[in-house]
Amino acid sequence: MSDIVERTLTALPGLFLQSQPGGGPAAAKTPFSSRLGGLVRGVTALSSKHEEEKLIQQELSSLKATVSAPTTTLKMMKECMVRLMYCEMLGYDASFGYIHAIKLAQQGNLLEKRVGYLAVSLFLHESHELLLLLVNTVVKDLQSTNLVEVCMALTIVSQIFPREMIPAVLPLIEDKLQHSKEIIRRKAVLALYKFHLIAPNQVQHIHIKFRKALCDRDVGVMAASLHIYLRMIKENSSGYKDLTGSFVTILKQVVGGKLPVDFNYHSVPAPWLQIQLLRILGLLGKDDQRTSELMYDVLDESLRRAELNHNVTYAILFECVHTVYSIYPKSELLEKAAKCIGKFVLSPKINLKYLGLKALTCVVQQDPSLALQHQMTIIECLDHPDPIIKRETLELLYRITNSQNVTVIVQKMLEYLHQSKEEYIIVNLVGKIAELAEKYAPDNVWFIQTMNAVFSVGGDVMHPDIPSNFLRLLAEGFDDEMEEQQLRLYAVQSYLSLLDMENVFYPQKFLQVMSWVLGEYSYLLDTEKPEDVIKRLYKLLMSDSISSETKAWLIAAVTKLTAQAQASDTVERVIQEFTVSLDTCIRQHTFELKHLRENVEVMKSLLPVNKSCEDMVVDASLSFLDGYVAEGLSQGAAPYKPHHQRQEEKLSQEKVLNFEPYGLSFSSSGFTGRQSPAGISLGSDISGNSAEAGLKETNSLKLEGVKKLWGKEGYLPQKESAAGDGAEAPPLPPEVSPSENIDQAAAKRTQAQVLAPSKEEKEKQLLASSLFVGLGSESTVSLLGKPDVISHKFRRKSKVKAAKSGEAASTHNLTCSSLNSLSHVAYEENDYLTALQDGEDTESKDLPLGPELSDSESLSELPLAEKVSDCSLSALSLFADSDMEIFQPPSSAAASLTRDIASASCFLEETAGDMCSGRMEVCSDETVSVSSYKLWKDDCLLMVWSVTSKSGSQLKGADLDIFPAQNFKISEQRGCCLPVMEAGSTKNFQYSLQMEKPFTEENLSGFVNYQMVDTHSVQLEFSVNLSLLDFIRPLKISTEDFGKLWLSFANDVKQNIKISEPQAALPSALKMLQQKLRLHVVDIQGNEGLLACRLLPSTSSLLHCRVHADGLALWFRSSCPALPDYLSYQCQKVMMVGPGI
Amino acid sequence: MIQAILVFNNHGKPRLVRFYQRFPEEIQQQIVRETFHLVLKRDDNICNFLEGGSLIGGSDYKLIYRHYATLYFVFCVDSSESELGILDLIQVFVETLDKCFENVCELDLIFHMDKVHYILQEVVMGGMVLETNMNEIVAQMEAQNRLEKSENFPMTLHLSTR
Repeated sequence: MSDIVERTLTALPGLFLQSQPGGGPAAAKTPFSSRLGGLVRGVTALSSKHEEEKLIQQELSSLKATVSAPTTTLKMMKECMVRLMYCEMLGYDASFGYIHAIKLAQQGNLLEKRVGYLAVSLFLHESHELLLLLVNTVVKDLQSTNLVEVCMALTIVSQIFPREMIPAVLPLIEDKLQHSKEIIRRKAVLALYKFHLIAPNQVQHIHIKFRKALCDRDVGVMAASLHIYLRMIKENSSGYKDLTGSFVTILKQVVGGKLPVDFNYHSVPAPWLQIQLLRILGLLGKDDQRTSELMYDVLDESLRRAELNHNVTYAILFECVHTVYSIYPKSELLEKAAKCIGKFVLSPKINLKYLGLKALTCVVQQDPSLALQHQMTIIECLDHPDPIIKRETLELLYRITNSQNVTVIVQKMLEYLHQSKEEYIIVNLVGKIAELAEKYAPDNVWFIQTMNAVFSVGGDVMHPDIPSNFLRLLAEGFDDEMEEQQLRLYAVQSYLSLLDMENVFYPQKFLQVMSWVLGEYSYLLDTEKPEDVIKRLYKLLMSDSISSETKAWLIAAVTKLTAQAQASDTVERVIQEFTVSLDTCIRQHTFELKHLRENVEVMKSLLPVNKSCEDMVVDASLSFLDGYVAEGLSQGAAPYKPHHQRQEEKLSQEKVLNFEPYGLSFSSSGFTGRQSPAGISLGSDISGNSAEAGLKETNSLKLEGVKKLWGKEGYLPQKESAAGDGAEAPPLPPEVSPSENIDQAAAKRTQAQVLAPSKEEKEKQLLASSLFVGLGSESTVSLLGKPDVISHKFRRKSKVKAAKSGEAASTHNLTCSSLNSLSHVAYEENDYLTALQDGEDTESKDLPLGPELSDSESLSELPLAEKVSDCSLSALSLFADSDMEIFQPPSSAAASLTRDIASASCFLEETAGDMCSGRMEVCSDETVSVSSYKLWKDDCLLMVWSVTSKSGSQLKGADLDIFPAQNFKISEQRGCCLPVMEAGSTKNFQYSLQMEKPFTEENLSGFVNYQMVDTHSVQLEFSVNLSLLDFIRPLKISTEDFGKLWLSFANDVKQNIKISEPQAALPSALKMLQQKLRLHVVDIQGNEGLLACRLLPSTSSLLHCRVHADGLALWFRSSCPALPDYLSYQCQKVMMVGPGI
Repeated sequence: MIQAILVFNNHGKPRLVRFYQRFPEEIQQQIVRETFHLVLKRDDNICNFLEGGSLIGGSDYKLIYRHYATLYFVFCVDSSESELGILDLIQVFVETLDKCFENVCELDLIFHMDKVHYILQEVVMGGMVLETNMNEIVAQMEAQNRLEKSENFPMTLHLSTR
């Protein structure tokens, strides 16, 4: 084929010349369709990326002009789209054309539509907003009688479709499942599968239709439905067990060649279909003997029928093997499958070899003898030039690792690790090496060196469990005391030598591990003094490449070593350097070090040698500070409140800002402590509060959640499998196996190939013997009943003990932190006290205000429920006899006032059923005064204005008009006029008000016209303030009704109000709410109260009050969204005005 | 599921780019480049499978590719696809192209990129294998070609002078 391309390429210039005859003015007339040719030619002729960019930008700008020109026909547009697609493919932005692509799909004829749809599916993505414009077109095309249009619509739906628009097309596509054309049915099935992927719950109801598709008479439709079943069975295999029979029957028919010849591919019947079916069967038969039994026959036939004549039969065979090994085992089939794996592994074709390795990796745990059979091939693959093959081989080796071959396998892994650069490969491999090293390490030196390699390569990308597991292993130790000490000593030595190397940079994680180990175990060194180690750590500390987290670790190590070292200059320097550090964590550590150094005894008891896992008795409640606290309290200090409580209070007072995130980070500064058993946890809540002690403990190391890799059983193969190849040689005890195995491998090698072993071969055989050493002799081990002695070199202590020591470690941390910070506590406490005294001063300044406040409150305690917002002094004074002189009008009015009072009281008597506000003067002049009342009637607000002549003379033609207000319905009520008091001198006007639209505050204004006997008509303007509260009425309902209503309301608001002595205050608080806000108290139960009200005309709102430790929790619910907020505001206002009531 | 189908030539110039999973525009271009470099490094005698680059999701995805003359055909698939099955699917796709264009070459893919997409749409729909039967695909394409001829005579003329 390459010849053809080359020939065409050389002919290219000629071709273009043909397509552009004449040039010059004729070029302008060149049909659009050849423009793409011109573009491509241009691009191909260019040599640099820069030129290409220039050309394409030029092209794009000309395209932009063309597509937006109104004269461009759809046909030209179609051509433009193809060019745009080309530009987009090369990576240039053609977003200006997206909308035109949609237009083309909407308006074009069949061919144009096809280009439009294609362009849309290439340009846009599922959540692109423009896609919504296409939904209607898709719906239209789905209903089209033209099959091509339906196909196009189905294709676009399965490629990109906005999830939220699925309901719009779902029924149409469901209908298509019954379409007479199989291609439509097939595409409909796949479109529905796509929906299942992006929105599974939307297609749940059509699962039954999928079953129909599975039984479709057309094979293609059935095959399409297998996509869905594979997916659904993968998610939940138990739900589809009943279909096993159908799948088996289908597979039988396919394998038996019952399908039309059309479906054959290289004379293999429908290979892709077979692959799908085999995968489904594998999922269904997993761990299920009964289901598996159904498929044994057909699997057997598949294995038999697959004659190896083509690549694709291997694909089927591979799936067969996979299925046979994943379902409930049957020995006959397993045997055949094992043979098949052999064919793969031994195949000269590299693809098949790869799959053979993959198959081996899957099955090797069930049947390790297989690996032994193919050991030479595996060795060859290990040195294969293809990194993918190598990686797969390592994966296989990882699964057959045991204590005897671990060094060789880990070495191979490390070799690969050093070559690879991809992060995900490094993370994966590093994890495996660390696991194997812990599990099977043959000796200390090897273990430490391997882990060093892991840390330096894995560095900062590896899983955080790896370093913490390693440190735990060192800290907790294992059964053999001597070994344990040697391991630690070796670790210390190797780290010191690593640190001594110049110009080598280690990952931060590695340095952290080093600093912990050096801090804990340097005492084991005979040759070097702690001072020397501290010097090295200091050098690191001063290095620029160290992160601040690592520095904290380093300082922690220095602190530990200081306890052992006598006076050290280096420590002095560290203190000087870092007490001024900008990093709070480091500074804290340094201060701890500084203060501890002043008391060597405390320091030694705090930081004992080799006790990182031991319990330390600590008075966690800090009870020794009780006296100090009591003293503080007696001197008037406020009791300590924990941080969260302070915060809560703050929040309940001001809703504006949420400080939560800061609060959290504040208490977690001990982050280093989470990663190692002895990282010092810095509880920074330096407080003397005993209640906080419990919380503090959680601040230290968490050992419970950490995955325990250590102590896992080693590689344990099946016993009976030894019947395979490996057992031909006499069983060998593990001690002698290496030398014996060489012979064994060599023997096999000569059996397989009659070639004289070259030197290279011998090397390979040696490698083989070291790699597969554990596999052949396992049966012996188990037969002799002797466990693999070496495999658990670092046998951990029993779990109980491990857990206990974990706790110990955390307690230890706690000790450090709490005691270390003692000195600070003292300082801080002093500051705190002075601050408190200051606070008291200001408080006492405030005190004189108190009586005044309570006075004013007593004023407001009137027989009538006062509307708080209207609580003006004048209104109050009207009813408070003693305060007469405060009243505004001139003294001449005194007489009329008394009358007014009389009239008001009379008025009150009459309307005793309803609650009523005080009278309020709204305006006046020298002759008349206008005052108003509010009458909170059950169904409306009744406003009464009374116009009173001050002189007592006749009012003539007095008239009152209210300006129309948009939120009210105002109607005058003449009928029930109040009895005319002192006829003529007072005139009352009544208006009933209904609220149209909820509001919080509103002014109602109007004017009064009056005419005195001897004067002209005078106009007086006034206004009154109305609030929403004027329209709130108690709602009298039962507790049950309350419950029902509560559930039916969607809008809720919660509010905490702080009141003193909340337990006692509930009844009074409820009473206040009842009086001031006109809420109806439905029920009081224990420390909870239920209240209800309605907003005229018929919107109800409910309130649930609960008393808790330091306040009242209010919970409003209503059918109106604005009401709860408003009510909660009003409640707060009421509660704040009258504290302690 | 198939995540992406990429066709590029020996110089890494994209000839067909079709993603079935959403990636931002610039990432798509990076994936094409990354994949090209991964594939280019490989000799013809080593296996046709490799792990996806870090952009496309690492070892969870496989790149399965075939090299024909000047073109690389790369399918990026997840673990639910059979490697060998996809390898043969590429063969089916290329053979279909060959039948539709009569001795297909790189230029066909450039000058008829829309048509190549239509053929691909018949083979793979929304990341799922729709049709593997070559004759069926060719029949579908011929039906569409007839449509083209009847509606758009001059354009066909141009196509035939190719």
